[in-house]
Amino acid sequence: MPDEQRSGATRDRTDNANGTLAVYVWRGDGTGGREQRFDVPRQESQTVLDIVTWIQQQADASLTYRFACRVGMCGSCAMMVNDEPRWTCRTHVERVARNGELHIAPLRNLPVIKDLVTDMDPFFDKWVKAEAIHHPSAGRDDEFAAVTPDDPERIEASAGIECINCAICYAACDTVAGNPDYLGPAALQRAWTLYNDSRDDGGDAILDAVSRSGGCHSCHSMGSCSHYCPNDLDPMGAIAGLKRATAKRFFGGGRG
Amino acid sequence: MLELRLYMAQRITALIMAPLVIGHIAVMIYAVQGGLSAGEILGRTQGSMSWALFYGSFVVAVSIHGAIGVRTVLSEWAGLRGGVLNGVCLALCALLLVMGGRAVLAVTMI
Repeated sequence: MPDEQRSGATRDRTDNANGTLAVYVWRGDGTGGREQRFDVPRQESQTVLDIVTWIQQQADASLTYRFACRVGMCGSCAMMVNDEPRWTCRTHVERVARNGELHIAPLRNLPVIKDLVTDMDPFFDKWVKAEAIHHPSAGRDDEFAAVTPDDPERIEASAGIECINCAICYAACDTVAGNPDYLGPAALQRAWTLYNDSRDDGGDAILDAVSRSGGCHSCHSMGSCSHYCPNDLDPMGAIAGLKRATAKRFFGGGRG
Repeated sequence: MLELRLYMAQRITALIMAPLVIGHIAVMIYAVQGGLSAGEILGRTQGSMSWALFYGSFVVAVSIHGAIGVRTVLSEWAGLRGGVLNGVCLALCALLLVMGGRAVLAVTMI
């Protein structure tokens, strides 16, 4: 789904390729901060990451932000853009600017280190808490596992493997905002992916982990994760799968 | 696995409540059509084991379901955790059971 359609935003007509954009960037650290205005020249096909890079290179070298691949693969550059979490390298300014303005802030639901850089430790720690780690079912001397693409479980697993760990779903999640213990959509989706991977031997460990306080049952199915996922993945559907699997096991059934 | 048990309890009580809510609303609509008085209604419910079971199970399901829901709200909106959270949840469940139980007894006991 295109960004424009996803956000309901309309193409900003008030700025143009020859003008400037009023960009308000959140500056500060873990103790607090405030927005600072920069007037940034507009260019054709300019991305939000281009804007931040221009500020850092041309206006204020002390601006701190994070990026790597610039092509939507590494998941490093996610920020809040006009109060919505977005991958900034693939977000065109003309689709998100409103009235010639742009507000850029660090990702929601994560501690700020400095300016636009958040501490991702809580996000990745929760992947481990959710048992979203590989549990080997074979050793190096065993035959390669045959993976059948059209197997129903493999289809479930394949649905989530394109996650780039950008934490946009985590920033979008109101349940994370209300419950800091909640594991979050990305970790739970990864757990569901591994649960359905025939090469993973940790099915029960995964269901135990996601059944604890802050696990999949804390999800209210509000769907912000699936709405904002830049790769069009469906973490809410994955979490629903975990709920079904844990419920089935609760009643003594086998794999859900 | 307290979270999983609470989750399952809330879903199971929801399943129990669904037909009871429909039955309750249907009876209310039926009862007011003919202009039944309170005395006439009590005449039908008092001494009736069926009505006692119907509304008794309704009260039990509502008490469990509602208390778990409020527990989640208190956890996320008020930041309550651990023993305080569970204590408030249990107290609310007990309150709903007592109040609902008294009402059921009042209209079904002779």
